[in-house]
Amino acid sequence: MDVRPDLPWLTVVWNDPVNLMSYVTYVFQTVFGYSREKAEKLMLDVHHKGKAVVSSGTREEMERDVQIMHSYGLWATVQKQS
Amino acid sequence: MIARFDAAEISVLRSLLSQILELVEPGPTGDDPLERALGIGPSEQPTDPVLARLFPSAYEDHEQSAEFRRYTEATLREGKRADARTMLDSALPGEVELTQEQAQAWMRALNDVRLALGTRLEVDEEVHDEIAAMAEDDPRYPAYVTYDWLTYLQDTLVRALW
Repeated sequence: MDVRPDLPWLTVVWNDPVNLMSYVTYVFQTVFGYSREKAEKLMLDVHHKGKAVVSSGTREEMERDVQIMHSYGLWATVQKQS
Repeated sequence: MIARFDAAEISVLRSLLSQILELVEPGPTGDDPLERALGIGPSEQPTDPVLARLFPSAYEDHEQSAEFRRYTEATLREGKRADARTMLDSALPGEVELTQEQAQAWMRALNDVRLALGTRLEVDEEVHDEIAAMAEDDPRYPAYVTYDWLTYLQDTLVRALW
């Protein structure tokens, strides 16, 4: 994920044992409009590394993204890039 | 999209969806009528582990998390209830034709049911191997087999929607 320095807030999705790999990939594609390849890479990062940054932007945008992730049952948090 | 279920399957699905509707109470549940009218909900993380999983904290910082929850949890609750109701209304025995919108509601509602059941059963990444190795007279067997079936159902639905 490329993070722009002027948009320092991040949406982080965390791994959990229930959400399916197919479902998580589908959600990333549908919600963020990512290609299947990019969505799969992010899903695998979540699965293998325990978490992945899935979007970056203003704080308001990230709160909106996290709320959408929660509506799909994904475990997501807002973080400020350190 | 066409889905086909027998009466026993529909009965399991409907019972699980009703449990979600019981657990996820509607919208703002505070005592203050003004806060309810404005859609302002609770600020603390639910103590029930299933509700805590369905409505996770959005920030590591407690104060920021509470503020976010206050303005979002009621909307999230309404969304989850609407998805469960959409699925309840269309989950009938026999052949069911679903619009794209209904199918997506089914997908989210099934995921909420799996999150609830998975949290209660404390499943981990190895759950499907565990079920395959579990004895049929194990008292946990029926719940685990249901979880496995819901997993199969959701995966099939996601692949059909792709």
